[in-house]
Amino acid sequence: MQNANAHLSEKIFSSDIEQAPTRDGFGTGSVEAGKSDARVVVLCADLAESTRAEKFQNEFPDRFVEVGVSEQNMATLASGMAAAGKIPFIASYAAFSPGRNYEQIRTTIALNEMPVKVCGMHAGVSVGPDGATHQMLEDIGLMRMLPGMTVIAPGDAEEARKAVVVAAKTNGPVYIRFGRAATPVFTTADTPFEIGKALMLWESTEPKVAILSTGSLSYAALAAAQQLEQEGVGSVVLHVPTIKPLDAEAIISAASRAGRVLTVEEHQAMGGFGSAVAELLAERHPVPMKILGIADEFGQSGEPDELLKHYGLDAGNIADAAQTLIALVY
Amino acid sequence: MALTDEKIAELEQTAEKIRETIIGMLVAAGSGHTAGPLGMADIFTAFYFHILKHDPKNPDWEERDRLVLSNGHIVPVRYAAMAHAGYFPIEECATLRKFGSRLQGHPERIRLPGLETTSGPLGEGLSQATGMAYAFRMDGRRERVYCLVSDGEQEAGNTWEAALFAGKHKLSNLTAVMDRNNIQIDGMTEDVMPLEPIADKYRAFNWHVIEVNGHDIPACIAAVEEAQAIYEKPTMIIAHTIPGKGVPEIEFDYRWHGKPPTAEEGKRFLKELRTLQGKVPNEYA
Repeated sequence: MQNANAHLSEKIFSSDIEQAPTRDGFGTGSVEAGKSDARVVVLCADLAESTRAEKFQNEFPDRFVEVGVSEQNMATLASGMAAAGKIPFIASYAAFSPGRNYEQIRTTIALNEMPVKVCGMHAGVSVGPDGATHQMLEDIGLMRMLPGMTVIAPGDAEEARKAVVVAAKTNGPVYIRFGRAATPVFTTADTPFEIGKALMLWESTEPKVAILSTGSLSYAALAAAQQLEQEGVGSVVLHVPTIKPLDAEAIISAASRAGRVLTVEEHQAMGGFGSAVAELLAERHPVPMKILGIADEFGQSGEPDELLKHYGLDAGNIADAAQTLIALVY
Repeated sequence: MALTDEKIAELEQTAEKIRETIIGMLVAAGSGHTAGPLGMADIFTAFYFHILKHDPKNPDWEERDRLVLSNGHIVPVRYAAMAHAGYFPIEECATLRKFGSRLQGHPERIRLPGLETTSGPLGEGLSQATGMAYAFRMDGRRERVYCLVSDGEQEAGNTWEAALFAGKHKLSNLTAVMDRNNIQIDGMTEDVMPLEPIADKYRAFNWHVIEVNGHDIPACIAAVEEAQAIYEKPTMIIAHTIPGKGVPEIEFDYRWHGKPPTAEEGKRFLKELRTLQGKVPNEYA
């Protein structure tokens, strides 16, 4: 059943649960961070409206930096501004940042230990009609391999807001991943958020599977758990917004209680969140696993919901994958 | 400080000592770049011993001028200049590129105070310097930002993205110096990818452009002073330099871009260097 300590939305399983894209949390969070620290600046590469950077731009026009269509320049300018005492957030689509400017991020931000916060919008297939070019599916892998880089995929707009506020107060570089489509806001202002901490969403008394999910798919994972419960199958749902550093304790605990682990992410199944969990469990608590993600292919145009269903990432498919994993005989 | 004849002679002597240190450290390292560091010794001397507002004993002094080296592969000249300026003992130069050394093959800010940034991958320094200059202007700070770039890295798009931004914002607190030695790893720049008319390109991007003989120390200093007096534009000083400058047998030879002298060559180079006795002829004068 639902974890009361998570202080989730009262409308959690209601059809009228509030919906908002996680990128909205960048807008509100950056304004909040900007109010509490004058060093916070936001750089944007010609996408102020769709990244929600315009919220910060409206509030702090003198601390908003429009760089035009030049994501490489955005990363290196931010590195220089950080060297001069600023806390820069750089906002673009994840396909371009960190997609296009990866080496600039690697050398001038990560290796250089600059407190630049890379904010990648429009991650995942749920970008929808824009198609594969804009549906970034490799960013978690790219960013989590960089030494010293914190990687966060918030579950909803409220958690995204908190992640941005916390990132501004964190020394060192941070990558935060956001989505374009409106998704259920299942957490509340009272839900705890801390970098490196996972959030238990659902716990059955006799779990047969632990569903570990990151990003906005955690809501689908929760819906899958509810469906499994109706089918008589207990589960644990652990929402893991911080992909690096992982909450090893919570993940190992969930794995040891349930005995099987299903990971869920809107990213390539290769190299992303599931891989990070597999690296941890292979060394410290091996259990049978299934990594649910995009299976080594690019996305395509379509509506977010139909794409998530097509790629096996909706609640029904997650529940099915859990049943298959539980039924596997090793 | 006034630039008297004595001061000029002293700077030229310092440049020669820096060249000696460069040759010694490259021989000891057994790898690294020779032509670029020798070619930039005069400009580094001008910066560390006359132009920069800095404190070798307090490299993190907040009000220091920033000197960003974009083409990190010529860092032996920076290490040599810093050592002679008193940032660290000259003997430490012998650790260049060695395991555990602060003097990495390409400069890393985290390892050695005073480097300002980490560089090596080309085309990124001008943009970082631009970010610094922009942030200083936001805060009304008076520190100046200098950025040393190579000519080869003018082939990188990131450089021109920065040039657009600095031109747009009229960053007059930013002065770049281009090591125009016409060589890069694969050959002459104009064969690999023609850059000319490079001065016109920067002018078209709303930069003030000055061309200078990069071995004429007073002329380099005068160019930087001119840049300080330009209020509406960033300045690009195109410093024409001779790769391998000071060692006649390798001057102008692009094959010396990326290799170090052997011990025997090192000895010969030092001898050739010392025959100059601190006199650096002005080919462009």
